[in-house]
Amino acid sequence: MLAIELIAQGLIQGSIYALVALGLTLVYGLLRILHVAHAALFTLGGYVGVLVCNASGNLPLGFFCAALVSGLGGVVMFRLAYQPLLNQPPYVALIASIGLFIASEEAFRIIFGAQGMSFNTPSLEQQFSIGGLQFKLAELLVMLSTAAIIGVLAFLQSRTRVGIACQATVSDPQMAQSFGISLRQVRDINFFVGSALAGFAGVWVALLNNLVEPTMGSVPSYKALAIIVLGGLGSVPGTLTAALLLGVIEAFGTIYLGGILDRNAIAFAFLIAVLMVRPQGLFARS
Amino acid sequence: MNYEISLLTTMAIAVMFALSLNLITGFCGQISLGHATFQGVGAYTAAMLGKAGWPFLATLPVAMVLAGLLGVIVGLASLRVRADFLAITTMGVGFLFVGIVRQQEFLGGELGISSIPDHGLGRLGFMALALVMCVGVAALSMYIKRSWMGRVFNGIAEDEDTMRVLGIDVPRYKLAAFAMGTALAGMSGAFYTYHLNFIGAESFGFVESITVLSMVVFGGIGSVPGVIIAAALLSVLPAWFQVIGDYKLLVYGGLLFLMMRFSPSGMAGLAMRLSTTKLLPKEGRS
Repeated sequence: MLAIELIAQGLIQGSIYALVALGLTLVYGLLRILHVAHAALFTLGGYVGVLVCNASGNLPLGFFCAALVSGLGGVVMFRLAYQPLLNQPPYVALIASIGLFIASEEAFRIIFGAQGMSFNTPSLEQQFSIGGLQFKLAELLVMLSTAAIIGVLAFLQSRTRVGIACQATVSDPQMAQSFGISLRQVRDINFFVGSALAGFAGVWVALLNNLVEPTMGSVPSYKALAIIVLGGLGSVPGTLTAALLLGVIEAFGTIYLGGILDRNAIAFAFLIAVLMVRPQGLFARS
Repeated sequence: MNYEISLLTTMAIAVMFALSLNLITGFCGQISLGHATFQGVGAYTAAMLGKAGWPFLATLPVAMVLAGLLGVIVGLASLRVRADFLAITTMGVGFLFVGIVRQQEFLGGELGISSIPDHGLGRLGFMALALVMCVGVAALSMYIKRSWMGRVFNGIAEDEDTMRVLGIDVPRYKLAAFAMGTALAGMSGAFYTYHLNFIGAESFGFVESITVLSMVVFGGIGSVPGVIIAAALLSVLPAWFQVIGDYKLLVYGGLLFLMMRFSPSGMAGLAMRLSTTKLLPKEGRS
């Protein structure tokens, strides 16, 4: 029974990881940038969600605004910060991204205060019992909406012209360009979608903890990096599997190894062990 | 006067630490996001031995050997994974270190180790020794940079595969870079312990690894004078920034971002550009 409960908890955490890491992997696949500041857009989404929801009392509107603002924020970030650095060695963009992340964490603290914010009327708190396990409604919806979003994205990516253009650009940018695909548009779309997902995840975390705080992005910032590396850098199915797997492993690890290692250490011990056996990650692209 | 002595010692330790990373990342091109771990190993070694009654100077070599040993192990990992994968692996090593130390009672756990015995050199003597070691590390760096080994390091940083084709034993040189860099980080850790009289796992976490990497990148990756100046400046920045107090990290992150955005080769590159602007006639510039 404990095992099933741990798996369920792991999958809930894993869904959040998946939403955040998906955007990161889209960016990596396209630009080969480790985009640490992605987590700042996650925090931004959380704040926008709480603010809009408190002002309007409408949760779906909060989700929508959070995704929209984070998505646009991502495009702005790409245009201002990354686009001029694309021809530099990769560590340049990485350090720039870290600087951006540190500065924006501080900006959140200065603007919204260090103690964080909560929903005026917490929603989706109802308890459910499925097969003897207790769930909050929010926890169930996180998993369902993650699955739905991933399904829709997979459909869009394989069945629409824009999706196929994105895929083509990832596998061979020059060839894609010579077939008339606008690199600029593809990059904008990728940043928008990836960042919108992060914003969306931010609202879910805000709902689950009923709290948004300036530092809420710091764990996702490096955990998501670990996940995309585990998944084989740039591989979408790999990222999803790695996110869920890591969620479950952390859930088990904190119970059985909690005395020796903390949560982060368990995640990274697993990462290092996998990389030593499979240096290209679990699901590498050829 | 005491304040200035303390500040200079802090500076000297930071410069030592940054130069040690410069050997690995600057010379040999192996990005490390977990370099604070090795400073931590040195610091904890010195603290444990010091508490057991060892004199300060005797703890130094042991701290270096232990940090260097762990460095070789991580170096072995660098033979297996490359570039972005290596960056994330080293980051993982950092989290693993903090996670393990925090859960061990005999290492002080969450509370850290305090009341470390006096080094018996006097404040001035300690500062002088730190400065001498600092100059020593700088001289060693300059020497290595000009030696055959330095040229091989540079070759590995530029294009590892070509070096292999040329018949260079790349793994051996990579391990040498890791061994030297991490042992020197261990030495800076021992100084750190005796300077502050207190250490905790958090003092060697992800943020510190990023800080030291920023020093290297800020100064100009691979440039010894650039890294010295950057480390000296950035290490005392928090003390000078008391004026702006609350906005410290905002400024720090912002500076990091702006430097990468507008001068990715750091201060060394900036200085180079300014001097060539003056020396060369206008049409001579590209």
